[in-house]
Amino acid sequence: MPAKSQSAPSVAVVGVGNTRYGLMPEYDAYDLGVIALKQALDDANLSIDSIDGLILSRVPDYQRFAEMCGMNPNYTMTTPGHGRFAGICVQTAVAVLQAGLAKTVALVYGNNGKSAGQRYGGDTDSYGSGGAGFWFPYGMTSPGAFHALMMQSHMTRYGTTAEQLAHIPMAFRYHASLNPQAVMRQTFDLDTYMDARYICEPLRLLDYCLINDGGVALILTTEDRARDGPKKPVFIRSMAQRSAFVDSTFPPKDFWYEPMRSAAAETFASIDVNQSDMDALMIYDNFSPTVLFSLEGFGYCNAGEGGAFIESGQLRLGGNFPTNTSGGHLSESYMQGWALQLEAVRQIRGSCGERQVKDARHVHYMAAAPVITSIVYGEEP
Amino acid sequence: MTKPAYAKPLPELTVPMKPYWEGLRQRRVMIQVCEDCGRFRFPAASVCPQCLSDESHWEQVSGKGRLVSVATFHKAYWPSFAADIPYSVIQVELDVGVNVYSNWFGSPPAHAAEGTPVVAQFEPLSDDITLLKFQLTE
Repeated sequence: MPAKSQSAPSVAVVGVGNTRYGLMPEYDAYDLGVIALKQALDDANLSIDSIDGLILSRVPDYQRFAEMCGMNPNYTMTTPGHGRFAGICVQTAVAVLQAGLAKTVALVYGNNGKSAGQRYGGDTDSYGSGGAGFWFPYGMTSPGAFHALMMQSHMTRYGTTAEQLAHIPMAFRYHASLNPQAVMRQTFDLDTYMDARYICEPLRLLDYCLINDGGVALILTTEDRARDGPKKPVFIRSMAQRSAFVDSTFPPKDFWYEPMRSAAAETFASIDVNQSDMDALMIYDNFSPTVLFSLEGFGYCNAGEGGAFIESGQLRLGGNFPTNTSGGHLSESYMQGWALQLEAVRQIRGSCGERQVKDARHVHYMAAAPVITSIVYGEEP
Repeated sequence: MTKPAYAKPLPELTVPMKPYWEGLRQRRVMIQVCEDCGRFRFPAASVCPQCLSDESHWEQVSGKGRLVSVATFHKAYWPSFAADIPYSVIQVELDVGVNVYSNWFGSPPAHAAEGTPVVAQFEPLSDDITLLKFQLTE
């Protein structure tokens, strides 16, 4: 849908904040969230009293969080710590603002997964339709294995190779080397990738995201207020959401291609730009193959041609579609889509330093999962 | 000499899945099917995802299917799997359209591409529990 219409105001991000990323056992998810929120308030030059909408993700209890921050917002919502909810929360904030339920919304994400010993495989694995335990007797566990099955299918069907896939984590690590906030900054070459140990074949260690502690916050408001802030507002120009829950205990046979194609069509139908106008891409990268599937599904290349597309260097800074310029989940930190929203905003603000994409005006965030989200950020409404 | 205790995770024998486990014990693959529209579904659920009917029964199926994909674990998420790595998890689509995750029965085949025909095999773990596994169709 268009993020604006004659009846609804445009919405912009006016403040962003984040903690450092890493191991921080001294903080819980509430602490990490509030540190990020305070930074976002400073960034927007707003006081906490001006926040009248609160949307949380992964912070366990909204009441405690608001009590801790001394807030009584007019709209409150909380969402589970699933990465799909980064895009969902931004979209919901736009809808809340356009409906007039709140004037200024804070989105707060707090994740102490590393300190808490969060594991995505084994007895605590709940990935999928909540039925993961049914398959433990076969040794089937982890979202990584789910994506390994998908990647194996892609390789079989289209001839995609490990050498091609390598260009995703290699490009993101190069970007991370230019990002002081990134957790992993040492670049690596194809040999290093191929020598990395398999976790779940065909996926290697370097295809997996980095579990860390951290907090991220964004402040969104309507255009009239956004223009008053100290920073250049970054507008949400268009967005779409699809889902693919039916039979989602198992990998989708089309790599989520159809729902992504549909989301892309809706995203670009209402604005005067298309894929070729995007200056940078932020792609949810829990595992390298998700990026490959997203590029095909969202129309940056044809189905089955993702391998050749990434191999050609398109995703690197200087290429046609610099992707995850922060390093993304594979190299900056696994902030479950949230830090990618910040990177989109910072690219359009022009505040990315060494990793800045020249004249970045449009950035497309996309996430491929049983919930598919698509958001185009732009410097104008 | 006593047999070492089985250390890998065991399936939970839930009430809705009883016909499935009972079937495997008798070397039969039983799958739930909608009484109204005939759609097979697995694991068990109280309603049909196609028509929301809550009427269903369990039917013996052929146990034949096709290999969808393979992933090979090089990390043991349970100590009880450490001796097995690398081990393969396979995704199989049974001929009635439902999918399962499973393992190869016995040693894995040298070559098995997407679409290769496979057939059910039965691996008893105890008097109550038999796991459904697969091998290439002869």
